[in-house]
Amino acid sequence: MNVDATAGALAPEPRSEASVAELLHARRFGAWADAPGWLGALCTIDHKRVGRRFIVTAFGFFIAGGAVAGLMRLQLARPDSTLIGPDLYNQLFTVHGTSMMFVFAVPIMQAMGVYFVPLMVGARNIAFPRLIAYAYWVYLFGGLMLYAALVLGIGPDAGWFSYTPLAGPQYGVGKRSDFWAQLITFTEVSGLLIAVAVITTVFKLRAPGMTLNRMPLFVWSLLVASFMIVFALPSVMIASTTLILDRLVGTHFFNPAEGGDALLWQHLFWFFGHPEVYLIFLPGLGFVSTIVVTFARRPVFGYVAIVLSLIATGFLAFGLWVHHMFATNVPELGKSFFTAASMVIAIPTATQLFCWIATLWTGRIVVRTPLLFVLGFFFILVLGGLTGIMLAAVPLDLQLHDTFFVVAHLHYVLIGGGVFPLFGAFYYWFPKVTGRMLDETLGRWNFWLFFIGFNVAFFPMHILGLQGMPRRVYTYAAETGWGPLNLVASLGAVIVVASVLLFVVNVVRSYRIGAHAGANPWRASTLEWATDSPPPPGNFHPPLAVTRGAPLWERGGVSGFVEGLANDPPEVLVTTLLDASPHHRLAFPTPTIWPLLAAIATTVLFIASIFTPWAVVWGSIPVAITLIGWFWPRRDETKKRLRLERLP
Amino acid sequence: MTGDARVVDTNRPVAVDASWLPNHAFGHHSLMWWGTVGVMAIEGMAFAIAILMYVYVWTRLDAWPPDVLPPDLRFGTLNLAILAASLLPNAYTKRAAERYDLRGVRIGMSVCLAFGVAFIAVRVLEFTALNVSWDTNAYGSAVYLLLGLHTTHLVTDVADTAVLAALMLTGPLEKSRFVDVSENALYWYFVVAAWVPIYVVIYLLPRWL
Repeated sequence: MNVDATAGALAPEPRSEASVAELLHARRFGAWADAPGWLGALCTIDHKRVGRRFIVTAFGFFIAGGAVAGLMRLQLARPDSTLIGPDLYNQLFTVHGTSMMFVFAVPIMQAMGVYFVPLMVGARNIAFPRLIAYAYWVYLFGGLMLYAALVLGIGPDAGWFSYTPLAGPQYGVGKRSDFWAQLITFTEVSGLLIAVAVITTVFKLRAPGMTLNRMPLFVWSLLVASFMIVFALPSVMIASTTLILDRLVGTHFFNPAEGGDALLWQHLFWFFGHPEVYLIFLPGLGFVSTIVVTFARRPVFGYVAIVLSLIATGFLAFGLWVHHMFATNVPELGKSFFTAASMVIAIPTATQLFCWIATLWTGRIVVRTPLLFVLGFFFILVLGGLTGIMLAAVPLDLQLHDTFFVVAHLHYVLIGGGVFPLFGAFYYWFPKVTGRMLDETLGRWNFWLFFIGFNVAFFPMHILGLQGMPRRVYTYAAETGWGPLNLVASLGAVIVVASVLLFVVNVVRSYRIGAHAGANPWRASTLEWATDSPPPPGNFHPPLAVTRGAPLWERGGVSGFVEGLANDPPEVLVTTLLDASPHHRLAFPTPTIWPLLAAIATTVLFIASIFTPWAVVWGSIPVAITLIGWFWPRRDETKKRLRLERLP
Repeated sequence: MTGDARVVDTNRPVAVDASWLPNHAFGHHSLMWWGTVGVMAIEGMAFAIAILMYVYVWTRLDAWPPDVLPPDLRFGTLNLAILAASLLPNAYTKRAAERYDLRGVRIGMSVCLAFGVAFIAVRVLEFTALNVSWDTNAYGSAVYLLLGLHTTHLVTDVADTAVLAALMLTGPLEKSRFVDVSENALYWYFVVAAWVPIYVVIYLLPRWL
């Protein structure tokens, strides 16, 4: 791990081939390299290792949430089904929604950011890498808690937005809603830490010469999404905290009998909940911009327009939350404002769509699986957007509120706007992460089955909703006539399941025997393709300096290298905010077990506080101890850093 | 750089020689500053939402505060004074850090810590003089939420400062630690600044309304 220790690499005593390889690895990458074995894996703070396990974990929760949805479609496939009772069904739809929104969609978008943002801006690691490791562990433990509760039959059952009074102390008996509220706490802690790290990475760790207006569009989308997280998540953090306080110690925030108000919950939740949709959607747009450019073989049309649209979307997203509450007694004038805002937000999205069309139109299109998913995104998102404009109208919304029409709409928007670009991004970046290509034939099967299966599953729900089928009912009578369309929807779900299984097969197979990718298999323009696949610890040896927005496409785009950064301690170059001119060196932290220990202590505190408020007091002691252990510097490392000290 | 053909031309001249650059920086050039400001933005937002909850609950009721006396002014105002006074040693510490004055930092942080402890002690008294409990009604819940949130920040920041002060007194030191001291002082400014609107809401609003 440190250079001095490797001096004996050529010593006479015989070493196994593996250990020689390890020593060479350590010598070459200095303190960027992790210790070998499982301890190194637990201690790692390399954004690529953390990002990769983050993506795999979030995808695992996607499969789990999908399996839960599969059970629901099985139940709804025919009328008067007795397969699943109402109590289990309530838990299933709650865990499905909670899992997909909080444990899959937002985290996986952030995880893609953790992996790719540092590479795309030419950084050697993400800012605050130990916090990122901690964020991952906290997230993992929170997600496992949710599913543990479901398996034990005490999963939350008040819907993914957990409305009071249903989730309050009066009706939400047992600990079910408390698991929901604490899951929120887990994911908020994780999400907020990542957001701050991504903002700092984008602002301060860009390659010299990468001015703000040369930044890849995916980085812009993650930057805007991270700012939205900073301002949206505190709302749900306060909401879930006050919900648990109402339930555990008898406060009255949501209790109308003592001056509280159930509607307050809806405001708090949706002030976060609506921006959350865009937290999923904006990174999706970033994937689309990236893929369109690479497969149109030209720089993007309307870079400035796209950046401004992303920022505009970020602001407007905070002015829409009441459109989830049209069926409540908020003043009618207020509702009109939110109707208008809901329609205005279509403008920046449309602007981006036109820019992509112009890019594709004037480019030389290469149709590969990533682009297929983008084309599928166009189709599905436009349909979801159209029903969105319908639902933004108050009278129509009152008619369709809480019906399957809304279920259809939100799946068109979220799967169209988030999951399709995400699968495109998987195909696009898999070679960078693993060094191997995903199989193209399987990829096309994956896409077409997903595209067809998705529409077969969700399009009929529009009609079911218009016919009056409410969401969240565990069964329906045969006389309603909803049976045939429900059966079609369930068959569509089977096709989607087949498609996702095919994807998993493709990943496992290609990981082992896929074609070797090389550094830049798509001949793309951005910096992540300028390093090996998979990138080595420390990413760039040496780091690059750029002079263009598409550095690998333009002559002189990569203008040279950064020299004089140490590998042990692991040093990075910090650059200025606007122009990315070199400012100072900074020694990054080294791998350590403390983030994992701190995450375990945090988990104990969070879960124990479901049962007793005193856990907050006693549980904070181990948290404090682990944080101090994390913070306290080691003498040997300080000594190394002192050697490189230079005052401003 | 190893491996296959790529567009990067390894024969190009070095663009940046970083070895001459300093190895830390103060203020908005440092990563620490961005981390601290990020946390301040998150928590500022949390305070704002907690205040909005208070106002929301108030709009739902006819009388405010409902059936109880407003909190006693004494301790809250005393704390406002102590906090305002703590700005002085805090500013001194920040400046000492930025000129690498280890002795000044040690003195400054110790004084800041004394203020922090005094503040927490008065805060305990404050809780006894609110004239309402968290489970009396929604007004009581909102007051406790605000005061509780601020107290959490207070305690964690005093703990942070204590650990950092211990490091500055005993630990292995390097110059970049002074950046941490400077950012710690910035965060204390935030905790003080947050108390002003919360003080107005908890202590003055019920009297004005």
